[in-house]
Order: sequence, then structure tokens, then C-alpha cells
Amino acid sequence: MPNSATAGGFLLVLAIVLPVSGVLLSLVLGGRHAERIALILMPAGLAVALAIAAAVWRTHNVLQYFVGNWNPPLGVAFRADGLSAAMMLTAALLICGIGLFARGQFPSPQQAELRAPLVFWTLLLAVWGALNAVFIGGDLFNLYVALELLTFAAVPLVSLDGRVETLAAALRYLLFALLGSILYLLGAVLLYGAYGTLDIALLSGRINAGPIAWAAISLMTAGLLAKAALYPFHLWLPPAHAGAPAPASAILSGLVVKAPFFLAIRLWFDIMPRMPERTAAQVLGILGAAAILVGSVVALRQVRLKLLIAYSTVAQIGYLFLMFPLAIKPEMGHPWNTTAWTGGVLQAISHAFAKAAMFMAAGLIAEALGHDRIAGLSGIGRALPITVFAFALGGVSLMGLPPSGGFVAKAMLLTAAVAEGQWWWALVILAGGLLAGGYVFLVLARALADASQPLTLLSPISPSRQAVVVALALCAVLLGFVPLRPLELLQIGRPDIAIGG
Amino acid sequence: MSEATLYGLCGAVLVGLGLFGLIVHPQPLRKILAFNLIGGGVFLLFGVVARRGAAAGFGGDPVPHALIITGIVVAFAATALAIALLLRLFQETGRATLGSDG
Repeated sequence: MPNSATAGGFLLVLAIVLPVSGVLLSLVLGGRHAERIALILMPAGLAVALAIAAAVWRTHNVLQYFVGNWNPPLGVAFRADGLSAAMMLTAALLICGIGLFARGQFPSPQQAELRAPLVFWTLLLAVWGALNAVFIGGDLFNLYVALELLTFAAVPLVSLDGRVETLAAALRYLLFALLGSILYLLGAVLLYGAYGTLDIALLSGRINAGPIAWAAISLMTAGLLAKAALYPFHLWLPPAHAGAPAPASAILSGLVVKAPFFLAIRLWFDIMPRMPERTAAQVLGILGAAAILVGSVVALRQVRLKLLIAYSTVAQIGYLFLMFPLAIKPEMGHPWNTTAWTGGVLQAISHAFAKAAMFMAAGLIAEALGHDRIAGLSGIGRALPITVFAFALGGVSLMGLPPSGGFVAKAMLLTAAVAEGQWWWALVILAGGLLAGGYVFLVLARALADASQPLTLLSPISPSRQAVVVALALCAVLLGFVPLRPLELLQIGRPDIAIGG
Repeated sequence: MSEATLYGLCGAVLVGLGLFGLIVHPQPLRKILAFNLIGGGVFLLFGVVARRGAAAGFGGDPVPHALIITGIVVAFAATALAIALLLRLFQETGRATLGSDG
């Protein structure tokens, strides 16, 4: 690992500073300008994310920046490896898509100040800044602060419309998140007390298997699971994600729950690669499998479309945690070289696109019909064919049908399960795919059926918003066409390379 | 028993009490208070770590002190947000509970 900041290091600072300055400007200038500020910053942020990915790809090394030129352990490092770059690019693309979509839902007020647009556009940028801080954070305490910022930005998005149900959902979400963050912080204290540093790279060199390390990692993982809504901590997710306005649901389900998962990867694969523990990884896998089965079955029984999609998120989060038992192998040195590791990360990225598209499609359908009862969807396939098409494309990725990102991700997990001789995970993956097929077809069968009486739409749905939804759904599908070479990006800067060089 | 051990045990007791309260009590206000109790315990542990990690000649390791201050700010912000949500919920419904399903 180079001991100084690398050439492109300032890009990492820009990735945080741009959205945060947007938040501050919006607060000063007010709701009439918040939308414009967000829309100006989106292409800029996307360009920064692209530049970071290009720099990581070109140099095949980690981008680093030390705040104030203080080296760790005293200073705080920002680092972008291939995984960070891929996640930042995903976040930037999704935020841009969600922003374009939300223009129709949260337009700038002409005369009086309105609360909802100001809060939405400000929080959209705040979520983006916090996500970037999570993806490039190199210090466990800094990551705690970033995770808290993300929670504080995400919770008010749930209760944007101020209805009683959404207020209760937001409060429940916050209480789960607070439990998660305090457990994470407790683990961080223990690590600092034992090893005298919170820098991820330094810690990975110093940590050794012992009661303190295990207690710390267990506490932090439990905290992250509460934030990632892995079964049995999933209770807060469905009311929160289903109650939020459609663009907010897309952010929450697509991106926000991926941040604690990303930190779990950092903990398990970056900090303690040399102390892998099969039993603990199996426990994570069992929770993931339970999430897949319970989430999918409950999704099948939902009456409302948005709740169905939210329970499907619970199930898809389960797949992410299957990568832990499949990728952690004590006898092999580099767990991140396995198919399971890549499959898990790809699942996180493709689910982000697919789920955002599905939530926004559901939002358009609810706007057009005035409700989102699945039983009342008849005829919507004829009225909003493009929206229903986007929903179906997202569904294809969730089910894991080829060609889609979800297919490649699940195929990789499946291959790993068979190759590892852990066939029970393969059964769960296949059952989850079938159940996902069940709940997607349940919706599509209703939507494509002919209505008994002609359908009247409450409000016309603009083609541009439908186009955004289709574009995001197409991203999820196109990930399936990406040849395997760009997946090497994900493996740039894994710790073995970092420590060796 | 050394000073640091005593404070460490106090921190552990606070964390335990807080966790118990957070899990057992259904009322959101009590959960928020319990969260602050855990927070107090964790900050106390930071203090213990600072004392134990003190190099020769220093009274304590300054890094955990900096972390405590940040942690307190974050915990304060979290509490404020939770209380604001709870107050709004109370204004809308007249009760400060999360309903029978919570």
C-alpha cells in the first residue's frame, strides 16, 4: 500500500464535497432552487464517479487520500478500491435516474415555500454524500459517522408525506437503526482498545483471532444486520419502504440497505481475511436463506403492490448474505477471487437497479390508478404498457432469468454452492427464484388481464418518467450482457494486493 | 481492582441495562432513553480505552477523546431526530406508542 495520497485522491474528496455543498446551498436558497441545484450536481457527481472508476481501472490500484496529509493511524484515510468504484458508479447512476423521475413528483414550488420538495431534493443529495462517504471510508469510526448520516438522511424520506403510518414506520426504522449503530460503535471501541487503530488497512495487518476480535466483529456484524434488515431484523423494512413516496422507496431499497452490507464485506473480507471462521459464516448464510424463504412467501401473500415489492427486498437481501458461507474458505488465501464473492457483489448492484425500477413503476401505476391494490390492476398493462414492461424487466432480474444481472449473480452463487459441495444453499437459491417468479407473475397476470370496465387514469403519466424507469430496468438486464472482464474491476485493491504492494 | 477495570465494568453494566431496556420496553420514549444509556456505556468504554492506551508520560490517549466528542454529537442528533418524530406522532395520534403490532 502506498504511504501517500495517490494522484486522483482529490476525486474522492469531490465525491463527498459536491453533494454536501448541494445540501448546504439548498438549505440557504430554499425550496425554489433545491431541485435546480440537485439537477446541476447530478451530472457532476456522475462524472466524478466515472473518473474514479476510470482511475482505479487504469492504475489497477487503490485511490487514496489522507485528510490534512496526516497518515493513519493518527489521520483519516479515504480509499477507493474496485468495489468502492463500482458501488459509487451504481449509486451515481441510480441517483441521476431517481432525480429525473422525481422531477414530476416533487416540482419546485412557484409561489409559497413547500416543505416536501425542499426536503426531498436536499435529502436526495444528503443520501448520496453519505453513501459516497461509506463507500470510500477507510476508518471504522469515520464509517460509523457516515452510516449515521445515511440513517439521518434516509429516515425522514420515509415520512415525507407526514401520514401517521409513515411516521410510525420512520420511527420504527430509526429505532432499529440506532440499535444497529450503537452495537457497531461498541465493536469499534473494542477494536481500538485492542489494536490501537481503526484504519482498515492497518487493522487487517494487526488483527489476530482472539476473544476481543471475535466479540468486536460479532457486535459490529449484528449492528450492520439490523441496519441491512436481514431476517430476523427485517420487521421495520416493509412498512418503511412501502410507505415512502416512490422515488424515496427506490433510494431506500436500491441503495441505502446496500451500505451496511458493503460494510459487512469490509469487515469480513478486508479486516479479517486471515481469520476466517466457517461456523459464523454459516450462521450468516442461514439467516440469508431464512430471509429468502420468509420474504418471498410473505411477498406472495401481499394485497398491495408496494408491500409486495418491499417484502421482495427482504428476500433479495438474503441472497447477499449467502456469499459469506460460500466465499469464506480457510484453506484458500483469497476469498474475493471466488465466484461467490463476485456473485454477491453483482447481486447487490443488479438488485439496486431492478428494485429501483420496480418501485418507481409501482409509483407510476399508483399515480395513474389512485391505489396500488394488486387485485385492481386489471387493464393497466394496456393503459401503461411501458411502465408494466419496466416492472417485468426488473422482475426478470429478481427471478434470475437470463439475460439479466440477477441471472449472472445467482448463477455465480449457484456455481459456487455446487463447487463447494454446499448443495443446501443451491436449493435455497433455486427455491427463492421460483418464489420470485411466483410473485412477479402474480402481478403481471393481473396487470395484463383485460379490465371488466374501461380504465380511466386519474392523471396522465408523462412518457419521460416512464422512459427513466425503463432505462433503470434495462441497466439491470444489461448487467447480464457485461462480459466477465469488467468484473475484474471489483477485485482491484483487495487486501492481498494492497499489503503485498 | 484498578481504576480502569472499575470504569470498564460500569460501562459494561450501562450497555447491558440499555440493551435490556431497548429490547424489553415497547414504548418508543423508553427505547430512546435506553439507546442513550447504551451510548453512555460505550463512551465510558472509550474513556477506559484512552486511559489504558496511554503511553508513558501522557495522561491518556487523545484519539478516543476525539472519538467520544464526535460520538456524543452523533448520539445527540439521533436522539433529537427520534424525539422530533415521536412528538409529531403524538400530535397526529394523541398517543406515543407504535401501535399493537410494535
